[in-house]
Amino acid sequence: MSDFSETVGHAHHDADILIHEQAPDLELQLDAAPPPPSTARSRKGMLVSYIGPVVVFLLFVVFWEFMHRWGMRHLLDKRPQLLPSPVTVIDKSFLDANVRHQLIAGLGWTSYAAFIGLAITIVIGMLLAIVMAQAVWVERSIYPYLVALQATPVLAIVPIIYSVFGGGMNSRIYVCVMISIFPIVTNTLFGLTSVDSSQHDLFTLRNASTFTRLFKLQFPAAMPSIFTGFRISAGLAVIGAIVGEQFFREGEKPGIGIVMEQFRQKLRYPQMYGGLLIASLLGIAVFFVFNALGKLVVGHWYESTRRT
Amino acid sequence: MAASTQGDMSAPTMVTQMTDSASAPALRFNGVSMVYPDGTHALRETTFDVRPGEFVTVVGPSGCGKSTLLKIASGLNKPTTGSVDVDRTKVGYVFQDATLLQWRTVQRNVELLAELQGMAKVERRQRAEETIRMVGLGGFESKYPKQLSGGMKMRASLARTLVLDPKVFLFDEPFGAVDEITRERLNDEVISLFGRERFAGLFITHSISEAVFLSTRVIVMSARPGRIVAEFAIPFDYPRAPELRFDPRFAELAGQISHELRGAHS
Ligand SMILES: Nc1ncnc2c1ncn2[C@@H]1O[C@H](COP(=O)(O)OP(=O)(O)O)[C@@H](O)[C@H]1O
Ligand SMILES: [Mg+2]
Repeated sequence: MSDFSETVGHAHHDADILIHEQAPDLELQLDAAPPPPSTARSRKGMLVSYIGPVVVFLLFVVFWEFMHRWGMRHLLDKRPQLLPSPVTVIDKSFLDANVRHQLIAGLGWTSYAAFIGLAITIVIGMLLAIVMAQAVWVERSIYPYLVALQATPVLAIVPIIYSVFGGGMNSRIYVCVMISIFPIVTNTLFGLTSVDSSQHDLFTLRNASTFTRLFKLQFPAAMPSIFTGFRISAGLAVIGAIVGEQFFREGEKPGIGIVMEQFRQKLRYPQMYGGLLIASLLGIAVFFVFNALGKLVVGHWYESTRRT
Repeated sequence: MAASTQGDMSAPTMVTQMTDSASAPALRFNGVSMVYPDGTHALRETTFDVRPGEFVTVVGPSGCGKSTLLKIASGLNKPTTGSVDVDRTKVGYVFQDATLLQWRTVQRNVELLAELQGMAKVERRQRAEETIRMVGLGGFESKYPKQLSGGMKMRASLARTLVLDPKVFLFDEPFGAVDEITRERLNDEVISLFGRERFAGLFITHSISEAVFLSTRVIVMSARPGRIVAEFAIPFDYPRAPELRFDPRFAELAGQISHELRGAHS
């Protein structure tokens, strides 16, 4: 642990020195391009950005083991079997071929629901945002209903969803859309409407049409926000798919949530936790895929204002 | 109290005006007033014109309606009373910020206005390449704005406007955000462009030395609601060399303008 804090300390120290050293240089190259970031500094940054998550992960595993061995009984007054050790979980779920197949099949169905749900969310959400971006009164007219949708608990409308979409996959996809649509709409809308006003003036001066303005100015400018929306919504779509599985279990398509519930009923806790781990891995994977996609699309021009 | 200062400035070395005073104005403000919807009275009864080959600079206290003047000239704003005579298709407008589209390379940024105008791809590409070279950005065509310094961004912004070959050039404090040395270099560029293209220029600045260096005429405006309180003819010949800034007559004119400007602030 002390190694880690030392590394962080050094990184700060070096950054300070770099800033001081660069100052006189900058004054000399007034009209020159900004200098590329120092490689020494970014290498150190890489180290920190890898070490951080690894340390947190190790702390988490240690805490888990501690809760299993001691905390469950002495802190929570529960049987330790309710929270098996991480080693047991890996052994009984991922290293057991049978269980592994069940979990992976479940993961497949959950991903399927999340993927279709996300695709529908992206299409509907972006269309909604485009419509809302056209005039403030349109935005004001639609926004309250989005908030209402966002605030409605799935549980409360299970009967309605059931009667409209049935008890299987379609309803799970609906839950996905319902849970994940809000960030897409708000982020896209924010991106489309917060274009610099003098950039708009540029288009106004050349009599650009609404269509030209949308596709040559607003959409490209909104891409960073749109990808932020994608990333958040993708995570929510995974959650939506699993939440949907809690309520809509009909059909031959048992997702990871259903598989986990079956293990729980049979008191096979290690296998259930294995499902939990796989489900969160799916969420993390989806997040990173969209993060990478975003970097690929806008990384070459987008200048994040956040300090690194 | 319009102070006309031509009288003692007619030494032989100072050949005045490339203006053909008989030519019709390229841009004319007829009694233009502007009151914004929130009641801000930004401009009062302003009348003046800019002829082809004239470079008119407006100086005045901040908030006196200088930007408003340009927005009205370009058609972005409509005046409350009065009118503007200008061929809007021939107007080029350089904003205070470079306003480059961050997702486009320098080349594609410089092509933008021509693209919106509907110029054919081959032609606009070629025009853009020419103007990029003209403003000294050759070699940076495929860079993105985030890779450029402030001065280079302004050069790209200039090139973008030049592509359409404007007859009326509006500049709204274009070099306000760059440092002094870069500003002087950019001034040299503008001067040489002006020498070549002979557009009608209307320039706004906070810098008196920039105003004197660039212009054929300097207009001083009062605090809000802005109106013209003084006008100075700047009789130096073009092309103007950077050394002009150290000329005693340059200093004298700058002093007079500064004096008027201080009066305008109160
Ligand atoms: N769209 C607007 N609505 C209301 N007031 C405005 C608007 N634009 C500018 N103003 C006000 O009008 C005055 C003149 O503005 P501007 O022309 O930008 O001044 P300058 O460019 O000389 O600094 C300022 O007081 C400014 O706050
Ligand atoms: Mg202004």
